[in-house]
This record gives sequence, C-alpha cells and structure tokens, in this order.
Amino acid sequence: MRHSLTQQDHFGFIDEYAKREVRRATLKAICIPGYQVPYSSREMPMGRGFGTGGLQLTLSMIGPTDTLKVIDQGSDESVNAENIKGFVQQVCSGVHVTNKATEASIVQTRHRIPEAPMSEGQILVFQVPYPDSLVVVEASESKRRVMHSEADYAKLWVKLYEDIVRYGEITISHRYPTEIHGGYVIDPSPIPRYDTARLHQSPVIHLFGAGREKKIYAVPPYTDAKPLAFEDHAFRVESFLDQDGEQASCSVCGAKGVYFDEHYTDDGVVQYKCSDTDFCLQNLTNQKNGQ
Amino acid sequence: MSYVPIKGGKEAIKQAARMLEILRCSDEENLPLQTKTIKSQLGALHSVVLSEGGLYDEDLVSLAIKQSRGDSLEAAYYLRAYRSTRPRLGTTKVLETSSMRLIRRISSAFKDIPGGQMLGPTTDYIQRLFNFALHDETKQEFDDVVSSWVKQPDSSAAIPDSYPKVMDFLRDEGLLPPFQIRDNEVFDITREPLVHPLPRNAQLALMARADTGGLLALAYSNMRGYGDVHPTIAELRVGYLPVIAKHPVTGEDIEIGEVLITECEVVASHQIDPDSGQVYLSTGYGACFGHNETKAICMAILDRSLDNGRRHGVTHPSEDPEFLLNHIDSIDSMGFAIHYKMPHYVTFESDLDRARETQKQQEKS
Repeated sequence: MRHSLTQQDHFGFIDEYAKREVRRATLKAICIPGYQVPYSSREMPMGRGFGTGGLQLTLSMIGPTDTLKVIDQGSDESVNAENIKGFVQQVCSGVHVTNKATEASIVQTRHRIPEAPMSEGQILVFQVPYPDSLVVVEASESKRRVMHSEADYAKLWVKLYEDIVRYGEITISHRYPTEIHGGYVIDPSPIPRYDTARLHQSPVIHLFGAGREKKIYAVPPYTDAKPLAFEDHAFRVESFLDQDGEQASCSVCGAKGVYFDEHYTDDGVVQYKCSDTDFCLQNLTNQKNGQ
Repeated sequence: MSYVPIKGGKEAIKQAARMLEILRCSDEENLPLQTKTIKSQLGALHSVVLSEGGLYDEDLVSLAIKQSRGDSLEAAYYLRAYRSTRPRLGTTKVLETSSMRLIRRISSAFKDIPGGQMLGPTTDYIQRLFNFALHDETKQEFDDVVSSWVKQPDSSAAIPDSYPKVMDFLRDEGLLPPFQIRDNEVFDITREPLVHPLPRNAQLALMARADTGGLLALAYSNMRGYGDVHPTIAELRVGYLPVIAKHPVTGEDIEIGEVLITECEVVASHQIDPDSGQVYLSTGYGACFGHNETKAICMAILDRSLDNGRRHGVTHPSEDPEFLLNHIDSIDSMGFAIHYKMPHYVTFESDLDRARETQKQQEKS
C-alpha cells in the first residue's frame, strides 16, 4: 500500500503543530477567564457535535502518564463516552482510563459535572455545542464579539426579565448564562443548572472546547461563577420531587439531592436514577460493604 | 431499564460498526468494489468528495467512498480527519490557470473566443433518457466505447498546450480593473482561526471546499431575487493544473504534480470602482478541486454577491459573509445535524423541570 503509515501511528492523533495551537489557545483562555479564544479547530474522525472540541483539548494535553475518564450524560459507558474513550486509547498508547472521577487527571464530559467532589490539579474538559451565551439574543458572531468586549449583556438581562414577566419563571433550563469573576458571561455548555452552580470557586481547571464553532474558553480554579439572577428573583436549580411532593431519591442507590435521570416504569410511574452512573455504583458498593 | 444501560455501550457500538461492514459486503455478485473503479466509473461522485474533502489524494478519495458506501458527506469526512494528522509542509506558488491542460472550456459571453470553445465531456446537452442497455452491458461493449475512439485518426496535433483566458481580453480592453498577483498572502483556513471579517482569499478557500448543495441553495437564492447578481460566464474551464512549488533544497520552482480543477469566472453589471473612480464590469471567481461545474459557478456568483454586500451593505443572506461562510461546510453542518441522535437525557430533564415549573406558575396566576 502507498499509505503504509496508519493514522494511529502518531501519539495523540493530531499533528504537533495542531496540539501546540490548542495549548496556546488554552493558556490564553485560562489567563482571560470566560473569554472565547478562536482557534482553527481540526476535523476529528467523529462527527462535529460529538465532542470534537473537547477531544482536541484532551489530545493536546494528554500524556502516557495521564488517567482519563470520559462521561456522556453522566455515564461512563454510554455509546459516545465509550467511543471517545476507545479512540483516545487507540491513539494514545499507555494512557490509563478509569470510571472514578477522583482518580482521573483529565475528565472529558458532555452535559454533566461528576457528583464526586474533584480536587486541585484535576482538569475537567467540557464538550461545547454553543460557546456563546449571547447567541440566544444575537445571531451575528461579529456583533456578539463587540457586545462581549463592551460587557454589554443588556439584551440577555432583558430576556431573563421578560421570561419572568411572561412565565413567572426564567425559562432557560440548561446552558445557563453565568458571569465569570465579574467579567465575561459564558455559556457553561449544556450542563444542568444544578451543575452550573458547582462551577463557583471550584478547585478544578474547567476547559471548554467548541470544535465546530472553533472556540476554547476556561473557568480557572477558585474563580467566581455567578449564574445571572435578580435580587428579587434568585437562580434556581432543578428540583426533583416524588409523587408525594417530597425530595426524590434514586431508585437504585437511594441517593438524594443529586441530579437524576427520570424514566417511566412499565406501570407509567415516574422513577428517578442517579445521572452519574459511577457515583450510583459506588453508593451501591459502599452499601454492600456496610459502610 | 433506561436506554443508556450502565453497561453495554462498548459492545453496542462495536456491533453497529460490524453491521455496516456486513451491509457493505452483502453483494449479489460477491465482488468487492475496486477503488480504481470508483475513480473511473463514479468520477462525478469522486470529484464531489475530492472537492469537499479538501485534500487532493485521488486514491484516498476512492477509499473514502468505498468505506462510506458512497455517502459523499461521510467520505469527505474521512479526508478531513486524515488531514488533521498531517503537518503542513509548505505552500505552493500562486498558480496561473492559463497554464491548465484543458479537457473543457466554454464561454457564454462570446460566440467565438481565441483558442475556440471546447465542449468536452459535459452532461449539459445530454437528454436524460435511460439507456436500458447499460443494465446488461457486456465487457466487449464497454471496451468498444473507448477503443473505437482511440482508433480514430489522431487530431491531437491541433490542440495547443494552453489557452488564453477570456477575462484577459476584457482586462486588456480596460473593461476590468488591472490586478496584481500577491504571493505569500494566503490565509490557510485549516490553520488559522476564522474570525470575521475574513480576507477574500479565505472566503474563496472556504467556498472551494464547501458543500455543493449548500452553495447551490444560497447562490440560487441570489439568482431568484434575494440578491442582484446577474452573471455572464466569461469562461468556465475544466482541466489539469500544474502545481508549482519551491524545491526545498535548490530553491528553484519545480512542478510537483497536477490537479484536476474546475474554474469559473463570471462578469456582472458594471460598477464604479471605489479605489480608482473608474467604471468597470464587476467579476466573480470560483474554483475547486475536481470536475464540479455547478459548484464552481455557484461559488463565482457568491463571490460576486459577497462583494456586493461589502460595497453596498448586506440586504440578502447570500451577501452576508458570516451567514454564508459559517453555514456551507458540510462537515460542520452535517455533524451538528446528526449529533441530535445522541442522548440528551440530562438537558431534557432540565427542560422538563422548567416546563413543569412554568405550568405551575401559569396555574397560580
């Protein structure tokens, strides 16, 4: 064959120049919390929208001594998480994978922050479809760039206000606009509001990669992250109530006060399960061991 | 059981990939498709993927088409992803398309053009009527088509190596503004962040590897009245363009190969040139890898419409560079469209929470 080299021969898949560009953008992003750094964004061998931005971040910094956890919807073994994990293992020989958030040096995630508290030195990589919090009120990226640079979030505030007037509630469910350390207002990726609140003063490095929209941004450790709210209308996270209006618990491990998946049983009754599957399994194991 | 099972995702995707391979290999004749055949007998599809993949490697294009079972979007994706693994080694010189080895060249602006019109292989005047005999074409019949043509008396002596550009005649007459070749000012869309406003060469590069259907839809919107470009094709040429690069050791310009390209140059209504105050015909340029005439024409029209937007303000989608250029890449757009198939339990749960809460608020008031 003319092409004797396979794509898998190079550690980390993307060429070294590409990694360097991503790393430079990442450093810039950490230095200017919440600022969307444009980068050229390589095509990955999986669909744009399947985590190519997060994947480029992961590949640009992972080394043979790293331990990686990949979750999608909180699950380590959902199809997309398995696909990304399998790919990284294929192109980064020696990298360890784990399901435990506390053991991973890098956690790549779509739509969730692991329930288990993470600590200093750990990196959380978010897959981002819409990097710009202003896109809900302004379609043109050029105009949004100007608005961000002038800290002009008036349209966003008006949208929240109009929501309250019209519906009695702010209708933004996930991707909740969040002000980073008194500066830029970010789209924290489609994590639920429950997770958005957990960005605040977290010891973890949060990196956000939007492959299709070609942007990288960051919430550095110990940074303020304030979801937009009014003095007389507080930011509210999702509430999970059972049939009796009491705080719901996981039908598998019994956990309360965490983020749940809900589903209908065959009898049409709503049941909840932990969205973070490893957290749930860990609880079960602990219960078995009588802890 | 919810349908993100706690275990089993790995096995599921492995089996799904296997099912695809089984479909690819379920052939009545039990004959694997030869990649060489793809280039020769599915040339039009090959050209689409060559152009949208943005990587000039004819063999890999064939392989991509075979592997993706003829899905042009998927096939282009293989080439883009492969390209991500390769460093950029250098850039070519600005290539003069007047040096193309042509297989086809037409002008709709003039009845006669120096060098002559050359219809070449075109579907333009084909009657789209089935040739049912192709159902059972024999090897002999297949072979006769080419061999009977080869046996004709040789007339190639009359064909020159290159043809003059129609646009040059208009330029010599002063109907078009003079231009200079600005070498080494290329914006590499694969290596630099795309931040608007983009230079024209970046706009052209984005359109050159854009999705054919996307370009067609937006150019057509302009043609129908959401815009005001009324193009005349000064010249459309298809052929092989020699690629010239500097030799890494000697520094001399050398030909490193040739690429099949389609080039379209249109002229449209005359305008006052803002720089010189002179009246010139306006122009539009399109060029892409492969034999893709629809794409090259649409690109030339859109190049023209973007310039109209720049000069006179944007009044239509095809004149807005951000709208146009951010929505024509098939890899981006197709990827995002299909990503909706992935699980969205977490976000939907959050949506439900807001919907229920809003219902409660409505009941209260």
